[in-house]
Amino acid sequence: MLSMKVNRKTYRVDVEPETPLLWVIRDSIGLTGTKFSCGKALCGACTVHVNGKPVRSCVVPASRVVGQEITTIEGLSPNAQHPAQIAWREADVPECGYCQSGQIMAAAALLANKSNPTDAEIEREITNLCRCGTYLRIRQAIHRAAQITARA
Amino acid sequence: MSTTSELNRREFIVTAAAVGGGLALGLTFPISSAGLAVDAAKISGRPWESLAGKSDIEVGPWVVIAPDDTVTIRIGQSEMGQGVITSCAKMLAEELECDWSKVRAEYVSVNRHFRENKVYKRLNTTSSSSVRLGRPYLQQAGASARERLMAAAAETWGVPRAELTVKDGVIIHKATGRTLRYGQVAQKAATIKLAAEPTIKTPDQYTLIKKPTKLLDAPLKVNGSAVYGIDVRLPAMLYAAVKTTPVFKGKVKNYDSDAIKNRPGVRAVVEFGGPEIEAGVAVIADSYWRAKTALDAMPIEWDEGTHGGDNSQGFFQISRAVLDDPGAKVVTKVGDPEGLLKNASQVVEAVYEVPYLDHTVMEPINCTAKVTADRVDIWVGSQDPENATIDAAKVAGVPVEKIYLHNCFLGGGFGRRGNQDDVRQAVSIAKQLDGRPVKVIWSREETTRHGYYRPMRVSRFRAALRPDGMPLVWHTRVVGMDEDVFGAKLVAAEGGIASQPGTGRAGEPGDEQLIRGLHQLPYQVPNQLFDYHLRKTHVPTGPWTSVGRSQNEFFLETFVDELAHAAGKDPYQYRRALLAANPDSRFSKSWIQVLSAVADKTDWGRQLPAGTGMGIAIGDSRRLSRKEITICAAVATVSVSKKGAVRVERFDVAMDTGPFLVNPLAAERQVEMQVTMGLAATLRQEITIEKGCVVQSNFDDYPLLRATEIPEIGVHWVRATDDPIAGIGEEVVGWVAPAVCNAIFAATGKRIRSLPLKNHDLSWT
Repeated sequence: MLSMKVNRKTYRVDVEPETPLLWVIRDSIGLTGTKFSCGKALCGACTVHVNGKPVRSCVVPASRVVGQEITTIEGLSPNAQHPAQIAWREADVPECGYCQSGQIMAAAALLANKSNPTDAEIEREITNLCRCGTYLRIRQAIHRAAQITARA
Repeated sequence: MSTTSELNRREFIVTAAAVGGGLALGLTFPISSAGLAVDAAKISGRPWESLAGKSDIEVGPWVVIAPDDTVTIRIGQSEMGQGVITSCAKMLAEELECDWSKVRAEYVSVNRHFRENKVYKRLNTTSSSSVRLGRPYLQQAGASARERLMAAAAETWGVPRAELTVKDGVIIHKATGRTLRYGQVAQKAATIKLAAEPTIKTPDQYTLIKKPTKLLDAPLKVNGSAVYGIDVRLPAMLYAAVKTTPVFKGKVKNYDSDAIKNRPGVRAVVEFGGPEIEAGVAVIADSYWRAKTALDAMPIEWDEGTHGGDNSQGFFQISRAVLDDPGAKVVTKVGDPEGLLKNASQVVEAVYEVPYLDHTVMEPINCTAKVTADRVDIWVGSQDPENATIDAAKVAGVPVEKIYLHNCFLGGGFGRRGNQDDVRQAVSIAKQLDGRPVKVIWSREETTRHGYYRPMRVSRFRAALRPDGMPLVWHTRVVGMDEDVFGAKLVAAEGGIASQPGTGRAGEPGDEQLIRGLHQLPYQVPNQLFDYHLRKTHVPTGPWTSVGRSQNEFFLETFVDELAHAAGKDPYQYRRALLAANPDSRFSKSWIQVLSAVADKTDWGRQLPAGTGMGIAIGDSRRLSRKEITICAAVATVSVSKKGAVRVERFDVAMDTGPFLVNPLAAERQVEMQVTMGLAATLRQEITIEKGCVVQSNFDDYPLLRATEIPEIGVHWVRATDDPIAGIGEEVVGWVAPAVCNAIFAATGKRIRSLPLKNHDLSWT
């Protein structure tokens, strides 16, 4: 039995210690906004925050993040009002949408660190894959999110 | 769909008892707990469920109207990123004359479609057909509902219908200044039968269609609440991890379930297989991770069957050898091609090769099924819920009316999610589980290694030029390696190639995918021959965005470039001249308009730095079985470093819109998607077969395009024809590879005749 702190709530979950955080979030806790895609930290669809830092939850053993602050797309903001989410809606970024939770979590972590990232910084920090090719709109949305934050 | 509605309403308590032991204890959360939308939701995160309330009124099978004028439009096509929910809703709302800001959407009931004699016309989402085929009947449904609402108002007021007008869902009687809202007359409208169906609008009368519209489902995809098939959760649900025969068409020899039966959470080990179900083994557990790790720990022995020694190199060798076989099937013959080629002093000849490709949907293949005596429930993201229902009924051995398929959002489709293998497999597993629902999830590796691949192909082109450099004779010969699972279905979906008059050929399953784009040369060539051989392998093939063209247009548009080079002419001007001279001039003018648009936008012919080149390609996605086309021309601007690293700097697309685009915003993004997809395939992707199995497994050996590699993309709409276009969802991808490879030739002098580019040394000095 592990004690996991997800989106400011504590959950006791009966899983093997090496169970990836992704499956604890999805199957044990039931938050399915965090996606499974590659299982090998190659694509970033499963990105969540651990203590504010982006991690690819498909390769993080649950036992390693016990008691730490885990945030998923569902807990990123009340009512989906994080500047990245507002910007994503404004720019109508998602196509199939499957990678977008991970993209937004990666972007939110970048924006928390760098209030106004350059294109080069976005390219370096956001390495999540998108099969639909929304990359150009993601870049626009991150710049827009930086503006929204600056104005707030 | 009482089961799911019931679930939606109540809190889903996860307890040890509910899941039979093992998961989180004593937690309470709503099943759709994934964030609350700020704005009123335009579609449920569970799109198969209705947002409509009890007092909402159905005015025809497609339209539901609430007392507050909210209009719910039912959608028969599947959302996988192409914006189809929004486009279909717009086509209906165009006629309904309702307030677009009050429009919501939901999927149609697949079960009702079957119970009510296919009331929703067609439920597949393939072949760029949603707008092309859906527009007439969706407009009709909207017009019909509008006229019933108008008739209800006319009856209420006792005035003739002709005295009424409507705008944004408000019916106006101008003479008396009275108004009635749709919500006020819906109940009466539901009882009205029209004497005759109203005439629908022609494109010049559109007011809503043509406008850029934001996608109704986008908000669900930024807060995590869009439910994809893989996200479905049900009370008492079990999870299955599966391994399917690594060599296609192999069998399970034996497996040691004792080795894993005591692992935590493991409930059962079951075999699956049968007609159209590849044989394999599933481990059933109370969580996916427990199922997957147990499966990985279980020894399985496979019977490889007869294909354990097959490999891609062998397939290519066979294909090359077959090029010279007699008895090729003739598709097109004009003049005396054989005689002229035999006597030509100089023949330009090239052999082209392309590999198998995978669809690589971001959401791994999955399906949830519950099989009980009364009914079969299926939750899946499907491009073809209609055939999925038929297949599920076959596997379960029940009538289709007992199948309840709940279509979810699709984490990518591209043709992969229209094969129904996911549904057949899940039902065959679920029916062994005494009514417990089971979610079957494939690993990424399983997803990559058990696809329906874009067929590999080898072709040979031969042409002889006249003294002025224009082709006198042209012979295209293609060797297809297509597994026949897909052929019959394609032919059925497309209306059948045999239905094409004047070809003089009997219809043959699988042909069209092989022929498409090559059957009718757009260029003026007085003597032509196009023939092909078809050979089969054990590798399953299927439709991959652009179906046939991603291979054939690479061949054709590269070869035209080779001819231009041999003639010493500019590739753009050479194409223009060949188009202008084409006696089949129905579309020559339109082609030239689109071609010159992309050339103008990119300043074709300008000086470029050493190592940088521009490549051009054009086509119109013509098919044997339909008259609609979409003319698309592309220019790639590509730089190649001296060490041979390729960078696509810009990719410009000019595309014919015909008289309208239903949603220019979504259309633009479909172009971007296809450029991304086409580039990944051109640069790096290939599925290879060794010892009968797929070698590649995940994004490390079958890579997608990365953000750093995406070029600037220019989309230039051109009004070049007067009829509605064929579609927009797959009408660009075919020209990405030839445009890029022609640019590489311009940059380096290296002619690319096989893909992907990673297999070529492109260094230069």
